[in-house]
Amino acid sequence: MTETATTGGFTPPTRFAVPGRIAVSDRAAAVWQTATLTEIRRETPSVATFRFAVPGWAGHLPGQHLMLRLTAGDGYTAQRHYSLASPPDDAGHIELTLDHVEGGEVSGWFHTEARPGDEVAVRGPLSGFFAWPGDRPALLVGAGSGVVPLMSMIRHHRARGLDVPLRLLVSARGPEELIYAAEYGAETTAVFTRRAPDGVPVGRLSAEHVAPLLAERPPGGWEAYVCGSNAFAEHASRLLVEAGQPVHRIRIERFG
Amino acid sequence: MNVTRGFTGRPRVPRPGLPPGQYDSGDDWPVLSAEVTPDLAPADWTFRIDGLVAEPRSWDWDEAHTLPASVYEGAIHCVTSWSKFGVRFGGVSLDAFLDVVRPDASATHAVAYAHSGYTTNLPLADLTGGRAWIAWEYDGEPLPAEHGGPARLLVPHLYFWKSAKWIAGLTLLDHDEPGFWEQNGYHARGNPWEEQRYSGD
Ligand SMILES: Cc1cc2nc3c(=O)[nH]c(=O)nc-3n(C[C@H](O)[C@H](O)[C@H](O)COP(=O)(O)OP(=O)(O)OC[C@H]3O[C@@H](n4cnc5c(N)ncnc54)[C@H](O)[C@@H]3O)c2cc1C
Repeated sequence: MTETATTGGFTPPTRFAVPGRIAVSDRAAAVWQTATLTEIRRETPSVATFRFAVPGWAGHLPGQHLMLRLTAGDGYTAQRHYSLASPPDDAGHIELTLDHVEGGEVSGWFHTEARPGDEVAVRGPLSGFFAWPGDRPALLVGAGSGVVPLMSMIRHHRARGLDVPLRLLVSARGPEELIYAAEYGAETTAVFTRRAPDGVPVGRLSAEHVAPLLAERPPGGWEAYVCGSNAFAEHASRLLVEAGQPVHRIRIERFG
Repeated sequence: MNVTRGFTGRPRVPRPGLPPGQYDSGDDWPVLSAEVTPDLAPADWTFRIDGLVAEPRSWDWDEAHTLPASVYEGAIHCVTSWSKFGVRFGGVSLDAFLDVVRPDASATHAVAYAHSGYTTNLPLADLTGGRAWIAWEYDGEPLPAEHGGPARLLVPHLYFWKSAKWIAGLTLLDHDEPGFWEQNGYHARGNPWEEQRYSGD
């Protein structure tokens, strides 16, 4: 690693420095491509999945994101990052899942204007840091739309029939706000913070949810992927550290 | 690129100082870091400059605070496309630290490294001439941990991933060496006015 070469033996006390998993293609990251909307699927009252045809898409790994750009008539542009929801084996197509943010400029356009046939610009895939190619046991922890890149990992795991251990802890306010609810299997534990079905406790993600998963500790240990709002990422990553997950094996994607 | 049907964007007043592709985040200050926020007390914080310098040295919290105080007031720009105006950081100009260690004439670049292990690379010219700080205050208060407290590098004329949080040191080099995000596809320099977001831009 270059760290050792440049920092004269400096050892970071928290031992982050997990390198990116995947080299990102400079070319793919730099080029804007046209993505044509082909389908819109409602997931929850405020979340929908948008499927696009992107013929030149170079492929991606589960967990990566892209940058999306909308252009107004006067040349004004708005760009936002979105995680890829679809697995890699979806040739020429990608899917994004967007939360309708109150007053949101880009998510607002998607939820009120967009229809099949519309074109937007995308560049990517970006960041090899949060990527998971399916090679190591993965412990996934997400809340709200933070489950999007994690779902790409689960879909990849299923599509390829991988047997490397995979677990998901997903937090939502209530069952009706749980994105991809119908798609989860035995790998998933849902945590409901405000409303839950009968017999299911209500409350936020806690040490009790995390402890049994860490106790399972597969050979080589877990690679943890945490995704959601900053508040959730702070909370969840602290729980993982307190439960014994090494700091340098926690990757975090914060949606701002 | 073609106009996006039905997209007008939010009503906007022209904002001087807003680089292309950026929007004004208003009071919001999003947090973007890929690692667990380290638990780092001021008493445990140190800052070191080494590599191509006449006298490498380290400062602890109290020693760093004996250097002349310096303030940055202005805007910051994140590659995820928000910019934040009217921010006020307090700390020490990096020039004050560099004056002590005296960079060699051969030094052209630096790698900034953090107490978390994060790294980022910068041309030395972007760190001198009153354009970079070690900052430990925000708005007159101690810098919050999630924003890099107790102390972060501040290079406000470049995208904010260059302003390494929890700064631990700088190593001066005679060549450029990509840091954490730069190895992950981000641009080597990151000038917001030229939209140097990803390598290849
Ligand atoms: C790596 C990454 C991956 C992401 N992946 C996803 C994903 O998979 N799914 C997803 O849904 N999101 C994702 N996000 C978040 C996404 O990038 C956007 O932040 C989100 O969609 C909101 O954008 P927007 O344009 O709709 O809202 P914005 O216009 O940015 O507004 C955000 C908030 O600020 C307020 N606001 C800001 N400026 C003004 C103004 N001038 N006037 C009025 N109100 C204002 C809005 O009311 C709103 O509450 C991701 C973020 C990152 C960094």
